[in-house]
Amino acid sequence: MAKVKGDILVDIEKCKGCELCRAACPQKSLELSRKINSKGYHYIVRIEDNCTGCTNCALVCPEGIIKVYRMTLNKKEPVATITNVTNDITVTVKS
Amino acid sequence: MNEKTMLEEDLREQEVDQAECIFCNENIVYEKPDTLLDTPMHYCPGCGHGVAHRLIAEVISELGIQENTIGVAPVGCAVFAYNYLNIDMQEAAHGRASAVATGIKRVMPEKYVFSYQGDGDLAAIGTAETIHTCNRGENILIVFINNAIYGMTGGQMAPTTLPGMKTTTSPFGRDVLTMGNPLKITEIVATLPGVYYCTRTAVNTPANVRRAKKAILKSFEYQKLNKGLCFVEIVSDCPSNWKMNPVQANKWLEENMLPYYPLGDLKVPNEKEN
Repeated sequence: MAKVKGDILVDIEKCKGCELCRAACPQKSLELSRKINSKGYHYIVRIEDNCTGCTNCALVCPEGIIKVYRMTLNKKEPVATITNVTNDITVTVKS
Repeated sequence: MNEKTMLEEDLREQEVDQAECIFCNENIVYEKPDTLLDTPMHYCPGCGHGVAHRLIAEVISELGIQENTIGVAPVGCAVFAYNYLNIDMQEAAHGRASAVATGIKRVMPEKYVFSYQGDGDLAAIGTAETIHTCNRGENILIVFINNAIYGMTGGQMAPTTLPGMKTTTSPFGRDVLTMGNPLKITEIVATLPGVYYCTRTAVNTPANVRRAKKAILKSFEYQKLNKGLCFVEIVSDCPSNWKMNPVQANKWLEENMLPYYPLGDLKVPNEKEN
């Protein structure tokens, strides 16, 4: 199964710390930073590594400062896969 | 076992290699449209105006009509809308944005014209202009941001303020006996024959944001076909003047405003006639 991995880039200088993205995130991977930006707002940071790139945070962000990336892991078929690791190692080689 | 560890290491290395290149252009699934400028917005944290601006900008960018669109900014919090949207904008007197948009559209009928108005602008001082523009069926789009309060001037009672809602000019809550009932202007204009498409959306959840964008997109497409006036109400929040934090404000909006202002299409075009 192809795994999807997402990530976000936040323009922290323009973040106002309204936390709407934190409330909208289904993975609960966003949190306010302890640090502040030059305007004095606590900005949003991604604390968990479970982002799926669903774009919910970017949709509700009033400032439009969240850029969402998404990619499918294991795009290329791996050369070798381990099928049984309990007793003997069986290696299937795909040509 | 050596074979196994080597294979695992190989796989892990592959993953690391792929993970490193996630921030490349081909992986972008969502970013701010070009029509929305990089200027930091002056709105309070959590304000729905920013989302509404971005949706309009997205639709304009998607349709590729940036050079042919003229917006009319209101008086209210969105008075600086021309600082954020990279299109031609005109500032109108308080409440007269729809009248100004009418003039622009009649002089330049090939341009896409929209007015962006708040509830104090459109439903209080500009009621006459709004209703007559809708009645004439001008071929423009009116975007109506309803946050049930006068935001810019400090939270006074607006025509759309809910019964019992506390504002600076109704400190004991809006009393319907002396102050009247909230004005459902979208329902009023939906009855007028000149209005082609009339809908109410919100920007509190991602799903509602997507619906709001679809409504704006549809309206611009109808305008291209010269169908008539499109009226899109966007129920929004005002955390500063509601005296809540943005997350609470969105919750309050869902619990109190949406029952009074139900979302959905109020007037949809009859496809058979076309």
